[in-house]
Amino acid sequence: MEAGMVTPAPALVRFSGIQKTYDGEHLVVKNLDLDIRKGEFITLLGPSGSGKTTTLMMLAGFEVPTQGEIYLAGRPIKNMPPHKRDIGMVFQNYALFPHLTIAENIAFPLSVRKIGKADAQERVNAALRMIKMETMAHRRPGQLSGGQQQRVALARALVFNPQLVLMDEPLGALDKRLREQMQLEIKQLHETMGITVVYVTHDQSEALTMSDRIAVFNNGIVHQIDKPAALYEHPVNSFVAHFIGENNVLSGTVETVDKDYCRVALAGGGAVTARTVNVSGAGTSTSLSVRPERITIVPGGASSDGPNRLPATVQNTIYLGDHALAVLDVSGNAEFMVKLQPGAHDSLTHGADVFVTFRPEDCLALDPV
Amino acid sequence: MTDASLTGADARTEVPLKRRLRRAERARQVKALALVLPLLVFLLFTFAGPIAGMLWRAVDDREVRQVLPQTVAALADWDGKDLPNEDAFAALASDILAARAAGTIATAAKRLNYALNGFRTILTSTARNLKAAPERGAAKETLGKINAAWRERATWTTIKDAGGPLTGFYLLSALDLTRNVDGAIIAAPPDQAIYREVFTRTFVISLSVTVLCLMLGFPVAYLLATLPPARSNLLMIFVLLPFWTSLLVRTCAWIVLLQSKGVVNDSLLWLGIIDQPLRLIYNRFGVCVAMTHVLLPFMILPLYSSMKAISPAYMRAAASLGAPPLTAFLRIYLPQTLPGIGAGSLLVFILALGYYITPALVGGAADQMISYFIALYTTETANWGLASALGAVLLLATLLLALVYGKLVQGQQVTGGMKN
Repeated sequence: MEAGMVTPAPALVRFSGIQKTYDGEHLVVKNLDLDIRKGEFITLLGPSGSGKTTTLMMLAGFEVPTQGEIYLAGRPIKNMPPHKRDIGMVFQNYALFPHLTIAENIAFPLSVRKIGKADAQERVNAALRMIKMETMAHRRPGQLSGGQQQRVALARALVFNPQLVLMDEPLGALDKRLREQMQLEIKQLHETMGITVVYVTHDQSEALTMSDRIAVFNNGIVHQIDKPAALYEHPVNSFVAHFIGENNVLSGTVETVDKDYCRVALAGGGAVTARTVNVSGAGTSTSLSVRPERITIVPGGASSDGPNRLPATVQNTIYLGDHALAVLDVSGNAEFMVKLQPGAHDSLTHGADVFVTFRPEDCLALDPV
Repeated sequence: MTDASLTGADARTEVPLKRRLRRAERARQVKALALVLPLLVFLLFTFAGPIAGMLWRAVDDREVRQVLPQTVAALADWDGKDLPNEDAFAALASDILAARAAGTIATAAKRLNYALNGFRTILTSTARNLKAAPERGAAKETLGKINAAWRERATWTTIKDAGGPLTGFYLLSALDLTRNVDGAIIAAPPDQAIYREVFTRTFVISLSVTVLCLMLGFPVAYLLATLPPARSNLLMIFVLLPFWTSLLVRTCAWIVLLQSKGVVNDSLLWLGIIDQPLRLIYNRFGVCVAMTHVLLPFMILPLYSSMKAISPAYMRAAASLGAPPLTAFLRIYLPQTLPGIGAGSLLVFILALGYYITPALVGGAADQMISYFIALYTTETANWGLASALGAVLLLATLLLALVYGKLVQGQQVTGGMKN
């Protein structure tokens, strides 16, 4: 930690130099250092096989790190069995016990903790009220819909007031509308109860909607940990830029680097000015990243000129209700997307020659893909 | 379009729709029936038929009626309080003479001897000594002279009881009961009362074997369900291998292992653990060991299939909710294997009830199960009535148990599983 920095609240969870391998040949998690603060909603985001679920399982105690240590509230927990960790967990397929009723499922963590009957009953009732399922207390999990089962799983993981709640792709099995509704409900629970949540998903929009911070995983490495807006606006490398949100890629070679900005000669012809984020210096190759909504289309022959003005050919337009997309051929990238206001796509005909412009600060020079 | 008009249309078409549905379904039903017909016919001839035949033989009693028809008819009105009248004696004499001529006297003698020991001698001696039909009115005296037993009331009640065409005699015998001279049901004399003990023994041995199978099979099934596929397949082959070996071979293998000069005793002697061979076979121990071995796969396979359906996520969920491993096992895992435990136990128990060869080969005289006696009466003494009655009692007891099991399972049926 740098001198002079204000020490933040101590981390509730600290991963310190964690490595994990299953076969002794490949590391699934390579040297993970991660702090999780009390009360925060942190999402581990990444494609499948990126190590995010393994990380969660190590925290829950179902997998043992090959190397490194995990601290929970300052105590090392690497060798602590899962049932002593006091961590609530919501599983992908809910894992509600099929032979117990809803009320019995929710009461289970209380009864194994030998909490008195009356107290337990009260807490179960409160939990049922919280998920608005008081009337279904005596049903069995098999009689519930997916969304209801998910709520019960959530109540069961929260009823014993764990210091940490883990969620392993809990909404993966729900349809889109229900998933969005549950996202808001979980977020609301997090805010009202002040619980610390570690959430695993491969769905970037889910991560952006719910999280305080997101850790982007790929190939066992955390590429970036940041607030959703920062991840979107300031990705540190091409992987993060690609994984979060829509993104147009142009490859080129760095000509000159001038402090925050650099001039890049595009492989498909033309040159643009871009914000320097992750380039090795003049003469090296780079991938430029531009978000579709930061681009303007100007008709061919228009006089406006700027540092980033590239000729383009209209390939296609797609109407999407609240907005429209134009697919263009720009400097060798035939799938260059531009987001438009609905209706604005009418004037663009297939094969029309236009120009695209974007501000240098919206164009990021990243590591080559 | 309004709701009312829609309902109206429904009401109009309801009846024809149902009929159309039935017609459409009928073709499929006929096809389905045609497919299962061969099996149905097969089962009817090999299963339902023999069982019905067996149940019928348990109450069928027509031998005496066929050999001594006039006697049976004459005894029909007899109140059984005193010796029958002269007509009955005359009818008996006439029947005996006819039976002697036809050579059927032994059939009746055998049946009557079941009910009253020594009846065979009474009947055959009478048949031998009765030269001709006695004079009118002298039948009583003549027969009484030939054999004093004809002056006993019991002799005559025996014939009346055996007069058929249906009888409860065999079923009563199978339960160690009999009728006294006045027709009341009483306990059989101790020298004939063996079946209750045999039934008890059969149930005790079956229960012991079931418990042993459950205790040994549960961990194996758990391993099978949780090991990685390659190793669990290998283990499955080891479980099934004895399944493919003849029952006789497996039982004989136990004789080789357990006899006093067998592998087990020799090893224990050599290791100095025992001084003289243990008696491991031709007793209850040997029967239980061999039967448990033979029946183990029937326990393991249902257990395995019920355990295979339990997602490992349940145990993880239990652990994450704070349950130590033993609590998680007892409260989450075990209850979900109950259907498998029930199915396996019922299967093993019912199969064990009918065991015959294994106890016969590795058991002592006091370890023979009910099937041994059924086989004895069918093959050795040809007492089909008693054999069938024993079978019927066994069938009834088994059905009752299956019924109880069905009720128990229905009471705590687990609805649904994990949604995926």
